[in-house]
Order: sequence, then C-alpha cells, then structure tokens
Amino acid sequence: MILSKSCRPLQHATKLLRRCLPADRLKNSSRSIQFNYYPNPVLEDAGETKEMNMCNAINNAMHQCLEKDETAVLFGEDIEFGGVFRCSVGMKDRFGQHRVFNTPLCEQGIVGFGIGLANIGVTAIAEIQFADYIFPAFDQLVNEAAKCRYRSGGEWDCGKLTVRAPCGAVGHGGLYHSQSPEAYFAHTPGLRVVIPRGPVQAKGLLLSCIEEPDPCIFFEPKILYRTASEPVPLQYYKLPLDTADIVREGDAITLIGWGTQVHVLLETADMVRDELGALCEVIDLRSILPWDSDSVCQSVKKTGRAIVSHEAPLTNGFGAEVAATIQEECFLHLEAPVGRVTGWDTPFPHIQEPFYLPDKLRCFEAVKKTLNY
Amino acid sequence: MFTLISKKYCFVKKLLKLPITFSRLHAEGFSMENSIDKIPFVGKHQFTQLPVYRILNSSKMDHVTIDKLQFHEDLLVDIYKTMLSLSVMDTILYECQRQGRISFYMTNIGEEAVQIGSAAALLPDDLVYAQYRESGVLLWRGLDYTFFVNQCFGNKSDKSKGRQMPVHYGCKSLNFVTISSPLGTQLPQAVGAAYGLKNHHKDQCVTCYFGEGAASEGDAHAALNFAAVLECPILLICRNNGYAISTPASQQYKGHGIAVRGPAYGIRTIRVDGNDALAMYQVTKEARQYVVREKKPVLIEAITYRIGHHSTSDDSTAYRKFGDIADYSRNCPIVRLKKFLCDSMIWDDKKEQEWLIKSRNHIINAICFAEIEEKPLLKDLFSDVYYTWPRNLTTMIRISQSEIEVNILLFVQVLEL
Repeated sequence: MILSKSCRPLQHATKLLRRCLPADRLKNSSRSIQFNYYPNPVLEDAGETKEMNMCNAINNAMHQCLEKDETAVLFGEDIEFGGVFRCSVGMKDRFGQHRVFNTPLCEQGIVGFGIGLANIGVTAIAEIQFADYIFPAFDQLVNEAAKCRYRSGGEWDCGKLTVRAPCGAVGHGGLYHSQSPEAYFAHTPGLRVVIPRGPVQAKGLLLSCIEEPDPCIFFEPKILYRTASEPVPLQYYKLPLDTADIVREGDAITLIGWGTQVHVLLETADMVRDELGALCEVIDLRSILPWDSDSVCQSVKKTGRAIVSHEAPLTNGFGAEVAATIQEECFLHLEAPVGRVTGWDTPFPHIQEPFYLPDKLRCFEAVKKTLNY
Repeated sequence: MFTLISKKYCFVKKLLKLPITFSRLHAEGFSMENSIDKIPFVGKHQFTQLPVYRILNSSKMDHVTIDKLQFHEDLLVDIYKTMLSLSVMDTILYECQRQGRISFYMTNIGEEAVQIGSAAALLPDDLVYAQYRESGVLLWRGLDYTFFVNQCFGNKSDKSKGRQMPVHYGCKSLNFVTISSPLGTQLPQAVGAAYGLKNHHKDQCVTCYFGEGAASEGDAHAALNFAAVLECPILLICRNNGYAISTPASQQYKGHGIAVRGPAYGIRTIRVDGNDALAMYQVTKEARQYVVREKKPVLIEAITYRIGHHSTSDDSTAYRKFGDIADYSRNCPIVRLKKFLCDSMIWDDKKEQEWLIKSRNHIINAICFAEIEEKPLLKDLFSDVYYTWPRNLTTMIRISQSEIEVNILLFVQVLEL
C-alpha cells in the first residue's frame, strides 16, 4: 500500500510523457536513431570498392597509413585490443606493439606525447576515446599544438599529429558520450578540425589529415560507425580539406551541416521537395577550421536563403560563425534571415535526447519558415 | 533460508580459493606472504629523505683535487666560462629591461650550474625541451650573444620573427625545442619525442628541464607515468630552486621534494646538489649512459636556489628575506666552482677579468646592433599559422595592409609614442 502510494507521482509523470512523446520516438527510446543514412555517390576513378561501415573504413585507412609510412604510430586508451569502437582491430598484430600501443589513462599525456612524436617528424595518430574527454588535453591542443609552428617561426612544428575522437549523439550517450566540441577548437588558429559524414568521406579525409603538415583534430560521429555503410574504394585516396562538399544541388535554400547532421538535412530536403515542391541545396562543410566560406557564400548568393544546422548548442556554436559570414558576404542576396537549427543551450541530456537533437522535423519547420519569410 | 546462505558462503569460499584471484597480486609483487593483519598506514616518515649527491662541498674542499676527480681541465674551464658568460648576459639584459629597452627578462642567477653542468654531459644530438630558465644550455651549445639579444628585442633576425616574449628561445639546428610559457606542457611532449627516437633505434636521448612548481602540473604526472610505462629514453631534470614565483616549496608539496616521486612511478631517480657544477655533470653523464643503454627514463632533482627575482615583473623581497638571497649569493655555483678552479691553479682573477671584459663588450655590441635592426615584416604576423595559407588568412592580410596604408601616419605616431 505504502509502496504504490509513493509510486503514484512517477506513474503520473510516465503517463504524461507517453502522451507527449510521439509513438515512433518512444519505440526505440533506448537506442533511437534520428536519421536515415544517405550513402555517398561512388567516386570517379574509385577502382575496386568494398562495402564497409565507417568503422571499417577508418580501420582500413589507418592500416594503409601505417603500411605506407614506416614512422607512423597509433596510440591511445585501449587501442591494442582493437579499440572500444573496434577502429584499430588487427593493427597491433600486424604492425607490432611498438607502433600500435596502449597509453596510461590520461588525455593531456596522450596529446602531449603525440606533439613530441610529431616534433621529431614521426606521424602520430592519437585517439581520445570520446570527444567529451578531449578537454583535459585542451591546453596541449590549443596552447601547444596549434601554436608550435607560429611561435618558433616555422623552425619546429607538430604537423604530423592527428587526434581522432568519436563525437556526437549516439541515442543514449547522456552528458559525456554525446558532445560535439568542434566550436571550442574552431576558435583556435593553427588547428584543423575535420568531421566526415560517412565511410567514403572518413577514409579520404582521415588520410588527408594524417598527411597534412598541420595538427588536425578528426571528429568521428560515432553513431555512423556501424549505421553508415557504403562501397569504399580499396585504394589509398585523399579528399581535400579546404573545400566543402555540395551533396545536393538546389535553388530555393542552402542547408549547411556536417557529420551526421548532413543526413538529417538530406532527409529534410526530401521532405521539402515532397511537401513544398522546393529544391534545397545541401552542403557538407567537412572542414570546420579552416572552413570553405567561398562555396557556402556562392551557394547562398544563388538561393538567397540559408539554414545552418548542428548538434552542438546554439550560442557560440560554429553555426554562428557561418551565419555571420553569410550575412556579411551575401547581404544584398538574402531574402530571409539566416536560420540556425541546433541543439539547445543545455548539457546533452540522456532520456530527453529525442527532444534535444535538431532533427528533420525541426529542420523542416525552419526551412518552411525561411521559405515563407 | 539458512541453507541458502551457507551455500552462497561455500561458493564465495570456493571463489576465494581459486588461484586466478591472486595471480595478478602475485605478478605485481603484492603476494600473500607480504600481507599483514594490522592496519599499517604508510606515512611520510617511512620514506627517508634522499641524500644529495655532491662533489664540491664548500666545507670539505680540501679533500677534493682535480686529479682525483679525473675531470679534463679544459672542460672545467669551459663550463666555468659559460657560467660566467650567462651571468654577464643576465646582468646586462636585466638592466636593459629596467631601462625599458626590452619588455621582459628572466635571469638564471644561482642556477648556472644546473644548466651548464648538465648540458656539458649531453651530446649535441640530444634533444632538449626546456621551461624558460635554461638559457645556459643554449650558450653551452655554442650560441652567440647576438642570438639571445635578437630574440629579446624581437627584430627581424629573431628566429621566432618577434612573435614570442623575450627569453622564449628555440633553435632547431642545436636540437633545442622552442620554449613556450604554459608550464609543464613540454614534459609529455619530451616523452613523446623520446619514444620516437627509441623507435628509430637511435642512440639519442631527450632531456627535459622543469621547475619544482611545474612539477605540480598534471602534465608532469602524465610525463613521469608515460615515460616509465612506455620506456622512453629521457632525462627529466627538475630544478628545485625553492620558489615558484612567490610560492615556497613548502606550499608546493608535502612529500620529500620531487625526487621521491620518481620511484613511485618506477623511474630511476637521483637528487643532486644543483649548485655544484661538477656533481651536476657527473650525474647527468651517468644518467645519460643509462638512459641510452636501457631505453628507460631517469629523474634528476637538482637542489638549488633562485637568487634572482622570478622575472622582471617580480620583486622577490616582497615574499622572502634579503638575508637569504645574500647567503646564497655568497655560496653560489659560480663562486664555488671558481674557488675550486683557482685552488687547482687552472683559473685566476686575471683570466676572470679578461673574460668578463670580453663578454661585456660582446653583449653590448650585440645590443647596439639588435636595437637598430629592423623589426619583422608585417606579413610575419600572419605566416606560419598553418603550413600553407588558408583563404581567411590571405583575406586578412590584404585587409590589414590596406587598413595600415590608409592610417600609416597615425600608426607611425602611435608606434613612436
């Protein structure tokens, strides 16, 4: 009797929640996926391809990198047994423990160690287990890695450092397994920040990051590791770091995103086409820093409207930079204010994730509002 | 109910008897034979203070002769001359700052032996990561006064193109990694570089200098642990000079200095008299041999005293007694080594005067040139951020140039003021 009484408020809340939540959202509330994956069109001159998910593609890229570059090493927490996301499977056995190794559990140590390796010309691929845990290494990345070349007048650098970190929402990651910290690093001259949207992009962009003579942070949207699958070229190839990718052409509005959000925007574009009969141009920024403002502004000059969308919170998110630049460069071409559809200005919640993410419904509403402005 | 409990109990007992439960404890030396049935908390008193290795003892100088020590005379004179040069440079550049000719300076007074004694025991190929009070290492490696002076004045001959504050030296050709202000950051970097050298089967090592204050940073913990676990050929040299700006070592740690931390990380460690150039040299030399041979780290804690102010932005009499400074000055590394060299008849006051005058003339010349030398190009404000020029920077350099051209007269006025 006492028990049931104390449970009553909880039952009431659950009933309320049930009523508020659309049925399809509640169904998979423990592992909800907020998007449909849009495979990459097969690259020209791709040669032989193999169906891979993003985890396999990253693994394949790192195998090829260590094979091609004898100095290259891979290290981080739990790398040796294949990594908690299985990205380094088979690497220790193939290349030896001196090249693929576990480090003590200490992020500032991992990045500092990587800078030192890169200082003497070793290709260093460091893994931070989750982007949420990159902050202990913030000092090493922002004060050290980013400024190494500049402060020494080009005498020393750590350009051979690449830091990989899984980022973004995963359905149930809560506060510390879901964050998208790209905007923190986008404020740091000297760093490159890159985010792929799928396996083909991940392999090509990662290989570019590793070869690029600047320190790179490569954020891998972890929800894509297994959900995104497509034919990936088996050859060693690179994708450019200084250009955005126009994933779909359109004339009514430009939608700008990166990582998983590109797929949300593609789905939004489909909805807009079906329900409003308008064609959206969808741009994957790919590189957050330095970013390709030329491609974005060119597109907005054509469409006259723009929405930028990301999972990270609104205030000071990278969308603010994109929106401000569009406003400055395309002022006479704009038919409506530049919209931003982003995560809320809150920490990333656990149970409330479906309401936090800027999903296709929220993006669709924003597009509709912008088109009707 | 009772049977249920006893069954569970039996199961637990069985589990406890499984050899696998203790295999890890055995492997790491935490064996059953070692266990006791009392609760023995371990305190500071159980770690006896590490002794300080010393050759030049001011009270027992008579017992030490140059023949006994098997030091090469020329080496000792070179070490002494470099220590003297460093103090001349410090005195004059400190005055330059007081006169407003340079914006900032940090002296090395009292710590000449730590720097030059250790640097003399390294090979030129050994990579050095420093904090900021290690100019003596660069002097020992052969840099001329002009290098230091150009950096402090930030003119166009400065390798860092005038971008960093004074004293933030770096020199690729002498394997000295450019200094940065954030404390402790160089430590894990040095460990990474050491790992890289080991992987290339090179008989080189890395030396990383840091103060006892910086040893409190998280990066120092990272470095000591990484160096031990990943077996990196690195010499970690801590300059324990008693102060981190105004904070005395007693407010920095509660253990017996920095050295006692070494064994806890599994690192071979020694404490040395940092005011004794000979001890510093010998210890570094032996440590280097071990590091290169075994590919493992060594921690050296050099006990010294910061005789000068922390920097030109600091007046250290605000937090310590002038008497202390005077005591240490009377027994500073230069005085101690000079006495030994004079007793050994390989140095005298005449030689000293000649060397001092020569050094002073050199540095004053260097300053005269550095002051009239042109400043770096405006373009260098924007270069080296990336390997190539990203679009945003090419746009910015264009805008900045046009802005400056428009306001050129105003800029000249502002700069001249």
